[in-house]
Amino acid sequence: MTRFSASVHGWLLLLPALALLALFTHFPAAATLVDSFWSTPRGARGSVFIGLDNYQTMVEDPVFWTSLVNSTWFALGTIPLSIALAILMAVWVNDRIAGRTLVRMAYFTPTILPMIAVANIWLFFYTPQYGLLEQVLGAFGAPSHNWLGSQSTALICVIVVAIWKEAGFFMIFYLAALQQIPPHLAEAAALEGASRWTYFRRVQFPLLMPTTLFVLVNAVIGAFRTIDHVIVMTRGGPDNATSLLLFHLYQVGFSFWDTGYAAAITAVLLAILASLAFSQYFFLERRIHYR
Amino acid sequence: MSGEVRLDPYEPRGAGRVLESTAAAVLAILWVLPLLYAVWTAFHPAEFSARFTPDAPLTLENFERAWVAAPFARYFLNSFLLVTLILVSQFTLCTLAAYAFARYDFPGRDLAFMLVLVQLMIMPDVLIVENYRTLSWLGILDSIPAIALPYVASAFGIFLLRQTFKTVPRELDDAARVEGASALQVLFKVYVPLARPVYIAYGLVSVSYHWNNFLWPLIVTNSVESRPLTVGLQVFSSGDQGIDWSVICAATLMTSAPLLLAFLLFQRQFVQSFMRAGIR
Repeated sequence: MTRFSASVHGWLLLLPALALLALFTHFPAAATLVDSFWSTPRGARGSVFIGLDNYQTMVEDPVFWTSLVNSTWFALGTIPLSIALAILMAVWVNDRIAGRTLVRMAYFTPTILPMIAVANIWLFFYTPQYGLLEQVLGAFGAPSHNWLGSQSTALICVIVVAIWKEAGFFMIFYLAALQQIPPHLAEAAALEGASRWTYFRRVQFPLLMPTTLFVLVNAVIGAFRTIDHVIVMTRGGPDNATSLLLFHLYQVGFSFWDTGYAAAITAVLLAILASLAFSQYFFLERRIHYR
Repeated sequence: MSGEVRLDPYEPRGAGRVLESTAAAVLAILWVLPLLYAVWTAFHPAEFSARFTPDAPLTLENFERAWVAAPFARYFLNSFLLVTLILVSQFTLCTLAAYAFARYDFPGRDLAFMLVLVQLMIMPDVLIVENYRTLSWLGILDSIPAIALPYVASAFGIFLLRQTFKTVPRELDDAARVEGASALQVLFKVYVPLARPVYIAYGLVSVSYHWNNFLWPLIVTNSVESRPLTVGLQVFSSGDQGIDWSVICAATLMTSAPLLLAFLLFQRQFVQSFMRAGIR
């Protein structure tokens, strides 16, 4: 095969995938940036160039700031806990404990269920008076509380659901990594008289670092793109207490149909995701390799 | 794991093992509790939905009521068509692209690969406003292909298959070509069969993802004829028939049943697939 015909073949094979990627990833990403400088067309009035006005609207929009703060708290509340739980689950399931297969299955089950379906179950769980949570707490004499209906607890409830859904998914990556640690390391550590905790902290945990990085990146991206449970459980309420960034974008774009402003919010969301990807490459990756 | 008999010195024994097993089991029960709770509510009459007495009568009435209250049969069909369409198109497109990246050397290949990887970071979930506009411009809103299109060219699938194709020995490729096979024949006779486990893994992950996907179908669809199950369930449970938790739990279980049953039957396969498809 000549070099020329190899090039033609190669590009022909790529063409369908690249065309669709261009149409649904590259073009919209670029169009979002452009649209964010234009006004939303309303009726007969077309779209006009308005410079940074959409971004001005954003800065002055208190719901945007609330959503940004909520998203940050959501990420900070979900990620460390679900990673810690995932490691704990993986260490347990990796040992020869009783009922290991069943236990592993129990941890993993939430992963394959639709978020929208489990959100309905959790909604029932949190229901005032009637729900399981209230009944259990009531049995201990705790006063009744509207968990999803009060500003102080709604976001925590949403975070709990996310942790429950994701910990088992992250567990399997840790499980795979644990199984790849050569057994002679444990033998050597035992000869040195290291306790199990020391072995975990000095040997297993550092060797799990690449997995942690992988899980971390996935978890952060996930934290910014999962809003199914918010739509089902709280619709962003009460008083925007659970409005995450993508949920706000969804509202602006498809409830208020303000596409110009929605483009500006998308641009911010893209900037957040891009900076995350860059920090992964330029900061985290290095620190882990040269440890 | 291999069958070699080697004792892990940190393997818990005796009282330690009992303690660890108990703790793991408690967490496991906690983890399936919400699901068991839904099962209880769905299979008992409404007055027992939050009362746990052993003599509560079992019933399938909640499932019947849910089934007739909304066109779930149609939603099942839509979801089935959707995941099939996505799976078949993803397999086709990603296989071709991955083959080009793994075994062709041409100018611009590395740049093209970078352009593909962009999608790992900027997923269709975030570009909802622009993609909605594109589909409206194409005039195919509120259809099953409209839900599928943004996901068909999957960077994840291309990446995964490229890694796999790269491990196929060149000699196999050359031998097939010597026998006169064309490039596409080599792809389908040599590469695809060798990558079978990866296809299964990727297929399982893709099917579970799109069976469960909610936000994008919610935005794009507007009628019974195109709504997948997840959106149908949401329309049903947020409807104005009053909150009847028993019926909602039954509908919820029905929606999750196909994947849940498949998972319970092929548990090992599922876990290994998510593991294989997740590690890059």
